[in-house]
Amino acid sequence: MSQQPTNAPRAVSGTADYLDQRTGIAKAVKEFSRKIFPDHWSFLIGEIALYSFVVLLLTGVFLTLFFVPSMELVEYEGPLAAMNGVEMSKAFESTLHLSFEVTGGLLMRQIHHWAALIFMAAIVTHMMRVFFTGAFRKPREINWVVGFTLMILGLAAGFSGYSLPDDVLSGNGLRITDGVVKSIPIIGSYMSYFLFGGEFPGTQIIPRLFTVHILLIPALILALIGAHLFLVVLHKHTQFPGSGRTDRNVVGYPLFPVYVAKAGGFFFVVFGVLALMGATMTINPVWNYGPYDPSPVSAGSQPDWYMLFLDGALRLMPGFPEFVVGGFTVSLNVLIPAMIVPGVLFSGLALFPFIEAYATGDKREHHVLDRPRNAPVRTASGVSILTAFMVLILASSNDIIAPIFAMSINDLTWVFRVLLFVLPAITFWATKRIALGLQRKDRELVLHGHESARIVRFAHGEYVEVHQPLDTHERWLRVQHTPERPIPLLPAEDDRGVTRKGYRKDAVRARISSFFFEDRIEPVTPADLAEAHAHGDHTELPGGAGHDPANLVESAPSSTGGALGGGPNAPHDA
Amino acid sequence: MSNEKPGTDVSSASEGNLLPERFDDPGLPEHKARLTDTDPRAAKRAELQVVILFGISIVGTILAVVAYAVIRPGETVESIRTSTLVLGVGLAMAMGGIGLAAVHWAKTLMNDHEKVEYRHPQASNAAERAGALAALKDGAEDSGIGRRGLLKGAVVSALALAPLGFAVPLIGGVGGDWNVSKFRHTLWAKGTRLTHDPSGRLLKASDVTIGSAVHVIPDGLRDHEEWIEEKAKAVVLVVRLDPRDLVEAEGRTDWSYEGIVAYSKICTHVGCPVALYEQQTHHLLCPCHQSTFDMADGAKVVFGPAKRPLPQLPITVDDEGYLVAQSDFLEPIGPSYWERLK
Repeated sequence: MSQQPTNAPRAVSGTADYLDQRTGIAKAVKEFSRKIFPDHWSFLIGEIALYSFVVLLLTGVFLTLFFVPSMELVEYEGPLAAMNGVEMSKAFESTLHLSFEVTGGLLMRQIHHWAALIFMAAIVTHMMRVFFTGAFRKPREINWVVGFTLMILGLAAGFSGYSLPDDVLSGNGLRITDGVVKSIPIIGSYMSYFLFGGEFPGTQIIPRLFTVHILLIPALILALIGAHLFLVVLHKHTQFPGSGRTDRNVVGYPLFPVYVAKAGGFFFVVFGVLALMGATMTINPVWNYGPYDPSPVSAGSQPDWYMLFLDGALRLMPGFPEFVVGGFTVSLNVLIPAMIVPGVLFSGLALFPFIEAYATGDKREHHVLDRPRNAPVRTASGVSILTAFMVLILASSNDIIAPIFAMSINDLTWVFRVLLFVLPAITFWATKRIALGLQRKDRELVLHGHESARIVRFAHGEYVEVHQPLDTHERWLRVQHTPERPIPLLPAEDDRGVTRKGYRKDAVRARISSFFFEDRIEPVTPADLAEAHAHGDHTELPGGAGHDPANLVESAPSSTGGALGGGPNAPHDA
Repeated sequence: MSNEKPGTDVSSASEGNLLPERFDDPGLPEHKARLTDTDPRAAKRAELQVVILFGISIVGTILAVVAYAVIRPGETVESIRTSTLVLGVGLAMAMGGIGLAAVHWAKTLMNDHEKVEYRHPQASNAAERAGALAALKDGAEDSGIGRRGLLKGAVVSALALAPLGFAVPLIGGVGGDWNVSKFRHTLWAKGTRLTHDPSGRLLKASDVTIGSAVHVIPDGLRDHEEWIEEKAKAVVLVVRLDPRDLVEAEGRTDWSYEGIVAYSKICTHVGCPVALYEQQTHHLLCPCHQSTFDMADGAKVVFGPAKRPLPQLPITVDDEGYLVAQSDFLEPIGPSYWERLK
């Protein structure tokens, strides 16, 4: 080992010198190699999305080398006996070919499809993490919008790829898309021609989706991932609250070597898991569905999970809102579920940071994350939106759920129609209450300490349970946050009775603000704690504040080790 | 539990009623040593574990390469399954081994003392902002755009119009012939025979027994150049009901033949093929979004997101007893669109 100590370093330093002479890279290495990132398991979720995307690119390149994006019809001849002589598009045929005759082809196809599902799941979960911890607050609002756009692009990537094999299941998905597009007022028919290059299905849609799927969307996703990560580095990562973590610092480990190993290693873990899924779990077996034919369709057919909410919305909508005005048909029965419902849910999500900032009137930078309980209305809003998504997802499986509960599918659809409105309201209310309850619990803990299960009897016969006060780190976590308070509304008229300009706007803002922050629990202040101690409630057995420790008697002397006035379990002097 | 004395800061301050507004941040907690920090044997053990994990990765790579060479997908489903499984497990080991090794290394052996870096406000300071503003102002001044109104108008107009040279050919060509009136017509015409889907076998009225449902396409469909597009519009479901169960609207009483009715199979909701026929109730269900149509009563909607009944194809029989269409559909089939009724 130590015989040639200079050889390797000389090569390294030579390369480094070469690069630095030409790029000045030393500055960047100095700046970034020891950059500090905070650590938390929930920060890995976004990484899963990033790494699945890399896996998608790798496996996707493999697939493009064998896939033929053509709708020209051919007769199948190959190892799949059941399909011999069946007429199908080249897209479908090449999918069968790459699955059954290219070694590793089926594996790559399955890894690719699983990675797509995990990609979307990771994006959604990452968004939930960012949402519930308030990581979207200033200065990260723009990055929230970038991330939101990435989610929409992910949906488009998934949908365009799902349709490429030109099988009967995805073909019907395209047909539904065509139906939805046609319902758009005025331009609907032309939009349908725009997509399909003529009448559905035409011969263009697969090559077009191919270009969209392998060029347009991945290029946009790559560019936006670049912007997303650039902003992460620029802002420095958020951190969870804790002792020593403030809005002015970042506490964690250096990029090199800790995150090179942890994050770099995690890429391989994600790849490994996806490979295992592709190896062991069949996904989208298009040879069972058959090539696209406009006539057949199968029951119990669902799209990939990230499209379920749209399908569910279409299923729940009753037909009556379609109407004719001036001879023109307006299909609200399609427009509402396919455009308006997702439009409302997505806009709510995309705009939430701006709505909340409007309600707080807060202009500070935030780098310490919120504990979800400390932002009850935000947490409740997020849960409410998620609940609506969940109901829609379940609704899209009504033909699978109904037989399980031996219910009529019509009744089940009605149940979901009601739940879509009722459940989000209930979960909003319940989440807000739970968050406030948890905050109260925090207050209680800070003021009175942990229950110690140690019962003590005073000489005059009174029993109390000894409470163990929180140490400063435990306490800090529960008192560190600054609670938002509603923006007060100044009176409509000044002292001279002149109507104030902008009063109406202020009134709206005050109303929104009070919706957010009217119900709140203030964190314990030092004064609160001092008062709790002064009242001598039975928490810490304060010495001299009403009870004389000398009068105490252990109710179960043998149960605890500590004797009164000494030992680790003894009540502290307050 | 920490050994610090909790609460002391409060009580001492309470003497003079000079409590702070907020608690003070106690600062970073003390670093907790890991077993591998204190016990060299544990560190050695962890190192060995990391080495083993890297070893698993190498074994996985070898497995994948060998599997590629040895297990080729052959004629049987079994060979494809084995090839996929072994190759995939090898790849999973190769990747997962590296990943787990690196993470384990970082967690057990790398320095885990937390470090603190300071943040700076995102906003530039006043001087930088003023500098930026001055730079832009100087640039604008140099260009002279402020003084030359005509030039300003010209550059804006040219830039706004230039994309048209690209967009017009693109949009113009992308929609084919843009002839959206094709939606209105199908291959069905007076005298077109009904045939089985997909075989193309002709269909006699006597072939259709009461309670049965037949998937139907127009005769000669396959001879059409754009037969897939035509099929997507022309598919029909034929059912035969007991004529006493049949409710027929005025003006349509001669559209059926001895209880045989033919309706478009394309859902009026978003266009799925409506394919599930329930003989007992005469209900036809769309498996996509569960629109339900009553085949005995003009295919009117009895449940689900569709608004309109399925369009009916008027049929009769020809001299040879084959079912034939009396004409095309009298309304556009399939999902609604803006100018459907124009």
